[in-house]
Amino acid sequence: MGVVWYRIGPIITVVIAIFVLWYAGAVALNTPWAYDKAKRAGVELTTSELIADTMSQKKPKLPAPHQVVAEIWKTTGDMVAKGKAFSKRSLIYHSWITLSSTLLGFVLGTALGVALAVGIVYNRTMDMSIMPWVIASQTIPILAIAPMIIVVLNAIGISGLLPKAVISMYLSFFPVVVGMVKGLRSPDHMQLDQMKTWNATGNQQFWKLRLPSSMPYFFTSLKIAMAASLVGAIVGELPTGAVAGLGARLLGGSYYGQTIQIWSALITAAALAATLVGIIGITQKIVLKRMGMVR
Amino acid sequence: MWRCIPNSALIPFRFIGLRVVCEPSNWGALRRLFVCSLHHGFGLLLERVSKITKKVRLVDNNTVISAKNLSLTFQTNDGPVHALRDVTLDINKGDFVSFIGPSGCGKTTFLRVMADLEKPTAGEITVNGVSPEEARKARAYGYVFQHAGLYPWRTIGGNIRLPLEIMGASKAEQDAAVQEVLELVHLDGFEKKFPWQLSGGMQQRASIARALAFHADILLMDEPFGALDEIVRDHLNEQLLELWARTNKTIGFVTHSIPEAVYLSTKIVVMSPRPGRITDVIESTLPKERPLDIRDSEEFIKIAHRVRDGLRAGHEDDA
Repeated sequence: MGVVWYRIGPIITVVIAIFVLWYAGAVALNTPWAYDKAKRAGVELTTSELIADTMSQKKPKLPAPHQVVAEIWKTTGDMVAKGKAFSKRSLIYHSWITLSSTLLGFVLGTALGVALAVGIVYNRTMDMSIMPWVIASQTIPILAIAPMIIVVLNAIGISGLLPKAVISMYLSFFPVVVGMVKGLRSPDHMQLDQMKTWNATGNQQFWKLRLPSSMPYFFTSLKIAMAASLVGAIVGELPTGAVAGLGARLLGGSYYGQTIQIWSALITAAALAATLVGIIGITQKIVLKRMGMVR
Repeated sequence: MWRCIPNSALIPFRFIGLRVVCEPSNWGALRRLFVCSLHHGFGLLLERVSKITKKVRLVDNNTVISAKNLSLTFQTNDGPVHALRDVTLDINKGDFVSFIGPSGCGKTTFLRVMADLEKPTAGEITVNGVSPEEARKARAYGYVFQHAGLYPWRTIGGNIRLPLEIMGASKAEQDAAVQEVLELVHLDGFEKKFPWQLSGGMQQRASIARALAFHADILLMDEPFGALDEIVRDHLNEQLLELWARTNKTIGFVTHSIPEAVYLSTKIVVMSPRPGRITDVIESTLPKERPLDIRDSEEFIKIAHRVRDGLRAGHEDDA
């Protein structure tokens, strides 16, 4: 018991605190609307009636946790039960749309990031010139550049999944470049001298020393890149006319004041990000363990 | 069956897939080569012999490393630093040469010049009769650094395999070499362990094994035991002498410990800083067989005394 509590105690404490604050916030923020309704109906509210009302409004300022959970269930598990898992009203459908462009953008961004990092480490011209551009690219607000990317790619006939993936890539290549440059440069002078005494070629130096040395940096970058990629996919869905995806659910919800829908999309996005980052974390553990880099 | 791989190794040949290593400066080796050829076909013999006699001329009188008026000046922001000035030294085959001196005396730099890790700015140096660069490309030496520098993602066996993989040795050759050198440094059975599972002294032994793995006849060691404690160091010194006796390699050894230098070496090179130069070269009169308690003998103390004098003289110049 003691050991178990030591491990999960802090997590449970924080989760409980979040729920308490969330419920308190819901009551506080939704009270004015509850009073408004009561005034127009000409009734007096007891405290318990008031609290019950703040937690069951149709368009609350801040929906209570159980409302969000019910909404998520209604649009996922319930729809699966009815055999409509991939209907347009299902969150599973929208999550899949977002997930597919997240993953494509993540793969593209990782590839671009690794390629740039290798160039920066091995080519003096790239070393001197690329980094400032890479950093500048991240100072431009993604909300400003996302519609431009969609419009430009549409103009040359590319639409659908790829433009959103490109926005994901735009956000996710950055941590990979920074992490991999650091990782590929992590072998010290001694290790490089040692390679020289064996008369190793540049290729051998890369595959046998630099690349394995960079692995811990690589996985850390991947975690940040994955989270950034999901943000990119959601942002990319906003200017596409809010057809499908978690971004579209967010936008649609805000058009019609469907706060419960917005929050359920937000929570789903957060859970999706946590799952993806968690998968990378597990992969990291397995790979580094098999490489002997974790004791 | 005739042993085709003598302890000493100088020139690797390929004989019908079999690696025969013979020592040319020794005519007995030529005879052995002849016998090997009888076993493995006569056809290539003439060619091999002509190659060997050519090589014998290059490395005559047994000199493995020869430096003449060697200087190296680093250009820094605070002006030039004379790491080496006018260093002249010959190292013979089978010598155990220690370089001793205070930090900044250029002992490591000298070793790095031999290994082609630094380029001299003046003077001449040959290793096995050729330039250090050619010797490095021919993989003429193994280099042991101060820190073991084993790759954490490779097992001990994998680390020893690394230079062999780079040199393109076959899997069978790699396996044989790993077993052979692990046994030489008394690490048999540790092939599958990861570096972090070994103590510091064992890691350094593994790194020596790695330097031995490709049968280079020269071993260059840059303060290999500097980071280890006294007891482990004594133990490793003893093992190093045993290894040297068994393999008959030529060893260049950088240290700043007087007892270590005297205990190990056949030749002690005392160096002094600013500019880095040789102040004394002492031929050891100690016998080749050296138990640890030889360090209490009069002979030993006499040599140690001369080394200390040499070091002090260097410092007086400095002041």
